[in-house]
Amino acid sequence: MKRKLLPVAAVLAAALAFPALAQKKYDPGASDTEIKIGNTNPYSGPASAYGAIGKAINAYFRMVNERGGINGRKVNFISYDDGYSPPKTVEMVRKLVEQDEVLLLFQSLGTPSNTAIQKYMNAKKVPQLFVATGATKWNDAKSFPWTMGWQPNYQTEARIYARHILQTKPNAKIAVLYQNDDYGKDYLKGFKDGLGPQHQKMIVAEASYEVSEPTVDSQILQLKSSGADVFFNITTPKFAAQAIRAAYDTGWKPTHYLNNVSNSVGSVLKPAGLEKAVGIITSAYVKDPTDKRWANDPAMKTWREFMAKYNPDGDLSDPFNVYGYSVAATLEQVLKQCGDTLTRDNVMKQAASLKRFRIDTLLPGIAISTGPNDYAPIEAMQLERFNGHEFELFGEVISNEQ
Amino acid sequence: MSKKVVTVTILLIAAACVLPFVVSNYRTFQLTLVLVYAIALLGLNILTGYNGQISLGHGAFYAIGAYTAAMLMDQAGMPYWATIPIAGAVCLLAGFLFGLPALRLEGLYLALATFALAVSMPPILKSHLLERWSGGVQGIVIVKPDPPAFLADVGIKLNPDQWLYYFALAIALVLFVIGWNLIYGRIGRALIAIRDHHTAAEAMGINTALYKSLAFGVSAMYTGIAGALGAIAVQFVAPDSFTVFLSITLLVGIVVGGLASLSGAIYGALFIQFVPNIADELSKAAPWAVFGIFLIGFVYLMPTGVAGAMRALLGRLGRGKLSPPKEALP
Amino acid sequence: MEAVLFQVLAGLATGGIYASLALALVMIYQATHLVNFAQGEMAMFATYIAWSLLNAGVPYWAAFLLTVAFAFVFGVLIERIVIRPVENAPVLAVVVVFIGLLVILNSVAGWIFSYTIKSFPSPFPAALGIRYMSPHQVGALAVTLVVLALLYVFFRFTPLGLAMRAAAQNPVSSRLVGIRVGWMLALGWGLAAAVGAVAGMMVAPIVYLDPNMMSGILLYAFAAALLGGIDSPGGAVLGGLVVGVLENLLGAFVIGNELKLVVALVLITGVLLVRPSGFFGSVQVSRV
Repeated sequence: MKRKLLPVAAVLAAALAFPALAQKKYDPGASDTEIKIGNTNPYSGPASAYGAIGKAINAYFRMVNERGGINGRKVNFISYDDGYSPPKTVEMVRKLVEQDEVLLLFQSLGTPSNTAIQKYMNAKKVPQLFVATGATKWNDAKSFPWTMGWQPNYQTEARIYARHILQTKPNAKIAVLYQNDDYGKDYLKGFKDGLGPQHQKMIVAEASYEVSEPTVDSQILQLKSSGADVFFNITTPKFAAQAIRAAYDTGWKPTHYLNNVSNSVGSVLKPAGLEKAVGIITSAYVKDPTDKRWANDPAMKTWREFMAKYNPDGDLSDPFNVYGYSVAATLEQVLKQCGDTLTRDNVMKQAASLKRFRIDTLLPGIAISTGPNDYAPIEAMQLERFNGHEFELFGEVISNEQ
Repeated sequence: MSKKVVTVTILLIAAACVLPFVVSNYRTFQLTLVLVYAIALLGLNILTGYNGQISLGHGAFYAIGAYTAAMLMDQAGMPYWATIPIAGAVCLLAGFLFGLPALRLEGLYLALATFALAVSMPPILKSHLLERWSGGVQGIVIVKPDPPAFLADVGIKLNPDQWLYYFALAIALVLFVIGWNLIYGRIGRALIAIRDHHTAAEAMGINTALYKSLAFGVSAMYTGIAGALGAIAVQFVAPDSFTVFLSITLLVGIVVGGLASLSGAIYGALFIQFVPNIADELSKAAPWAVFGIFLIGFVYLMPTGVAGAMRALLGRLGRGKLSPPKEALP
Repeated sequence: MEAVLFQVLAGLATGGIYASLALALVMIYQATHLVNFAQGEMAMFATYIAWSLLNAGVPYWAAFLLTVAFAFVFGVLIERIVIRPVENAPVLAVVVVFIGLLVILNSVAGWIFSYTIKSFPSPFPAALGIRYMSPHQVGALAVTLVVLALLYVFFRFTPLGLAMRAAAQNPVSSRLVGIRVGWMLALGWGLAAAVGAVAGMMVAPIVYLDPNMMSGILLYAFAAALLGGIDSPGGAVLGGLVVGVLENLLGAFVIGNELKLVVALVLITGVLLVRPSGFFGSVQVSRV
């Protein structure tokens, strides 16, 4: 009896399952031949350095299309310039959603810009996927189910440093330099939370700077004169290089923690002077294209070939090009998982069910995992220390993953 | 006003009323922004075009208006429409007060003082002193207003975008009518006289100090109202929305649109709203380069702005009945 | 007390940056009675030329001179090609052309050279350094003073310099006495661009070379030039140093980093209210 029933059941099950598989389901922006993806990036204005990310993503999808697309569908990546101005982002995103009718918004860049559109995207139920900012608020699956971050958030990273300081130098006197905006303050908050209640005692000096300032020399002198022996450097590349140089030149020798944003060997430490950067501690999750460690790494070789072929104008020392490549690969995976059900609902569902997905441009041991309540794709980082030539990873991969 | 001008104006307004039913919601939103910019440019034009006081800092008044509206809605739970006059009043006062010391400054010096104002605005908005109300670096997210219930009761169905467009259109019309009366009346003549010949104006008995600070105040009021409307339309304010580039964009708007011209404000608004988008479509590699070429091209072809070119065109066609104040600037 | 001294020295170093660009602004003002908002971007662009030359293996001082020459020609060409057509347009229309130039140069530089920061070498020997001022900061200040002296001599004692000043001050009369006003303007642009190029090459080793290198500095330079007196090169340098020191002291000891720029600007505007021609500017008397 049992034996007889089995094939019947199998056929029945297949019959039930098959229509669901065969039936293609589409939301606006998806069809048999195309998937439309929207994006905003600052290609003009003072923040145009980030425009490299948009260009790298565009190049990535050109490569994908040349390989035959995703499940046979070509990716149509539509990216608009918002000049890092939130009102312009709102306008451009409405154009993407209402006029171009994209399936999803991907890697829109900037904390203020994404804050400006978050409500709209969630009201419209259009995925705001893998936003290009490390603010902590993009991991809130409950209040904003249509918004998801990608990179480790600033607060998590800052807590990793705080923990390391507490372990290695519990009596540290800490000085902090931070950019006076949402990014700098998010790091600072995470850092203070990580130090716990004793942060008031431990942090002996804080100095902020505006991006319009020519140098941070004055701030470094202020921090130095506080007598601090630990320095947490929350700065973007240009100011990071200045701060590293100024700290060294003024003879200040603190234990130097540098945020991930600026840990590129080629575009930060080298301009600052490699000998001045010895001993810097930072944390990483993607491979640095200018770090000699990865000179013969097959993944980075593939990346360099990709750059040569699809993004020849791109700067090979610019870590944004690896970032764009890696995040685009993540989206490719999500869309692959979607199969023929290219609905906005399913995109979010698939984005929230990545299980230890590996991209080989990420550091060894770092994988992407998400869940219905876990909207923080990358949560692991590893501490590394600069030896004058390259970064040396130390300790274990530190993860916030539950 | 000649009959022809009246007819054309009425036709244009009628067209503006029909637009939201012809175009998509997204376009309606863009047009709302055009109206917002037109109001701001009209304000700047009163000061710079008609009174000859240069301002590189009107983005600051736009920001004050926007933050006033946002904070009142967010902190005090005030309805959006009530925040508009308050934003206007706050900026009127701010502009007037800024105008007082500015009386002693002219040309380059005024340019520096206003430039300084524009540069100072983001750090002030971020400052820990104001953080509790301004939201600091995070800014404030505000709710988009729905069309009022009474419209639905009488059978007019509008979506929020359309409603906001009409709301902005109504305010713009009121402000343009006030502006028209101001400029073509006694006050306007005084402002222009001060611009064209300061000493002579003073000799004629015009209280130049009063008029100049008043021009600053009214100008800031217009721009502040525009800022409030802009904040409501965009539903978000943050220090990053009001950088010095906003001020420069506004200056570009009045010059390209046409200095000392009411219609110039509208042309300028269309330019600053749409030309950057065109530049972006043309080049992802260097959109600003394309925008810059547009800018220089416009100034070459129309040194007195689009409004000036239109006037010349109409004049050449032999119906030059529009005779607004002349363009000359100090 | 030591902390104050260090902040003052660091302020002098930063002030030197402002001073060098302020000199270029004064230069163009002397020649045209306009403030060129694209001056900083022109300097940035010239610095990229120097950077490319150095990368191609040209020795420093050769690259330096080539860049100054390039900047001079570039400035003359911009005047002839871009500014000449709007000669008779309203002042604000010319300002918009400046803004157009600014965005074009900024964007094209980013396009060609990318936005990642580049280090730029310093030509000065380590022996120049004193405590809290790097050799380059000392050297750059010295170069700024040399440029200042050259400009002073040029405008005071050479026929060409005098002709340029005359052309800017009174074009009509100058034309009557045989000065070729058009060429004087072009020359003024060329010289200002050359001074700007020197500024760029002196600034880049301190702040690093990137397309936005000068955009933040422009405001400070503008303030410095007006504070010193827009028609006085010496005033511009002094103004730059004062702004640099003032900002550092305010940030470190008075108001904090967050609002130091705001307060500095208020103070500068205050000084200009009391003394509209700045420290050394000539008082403008206009005939009614």
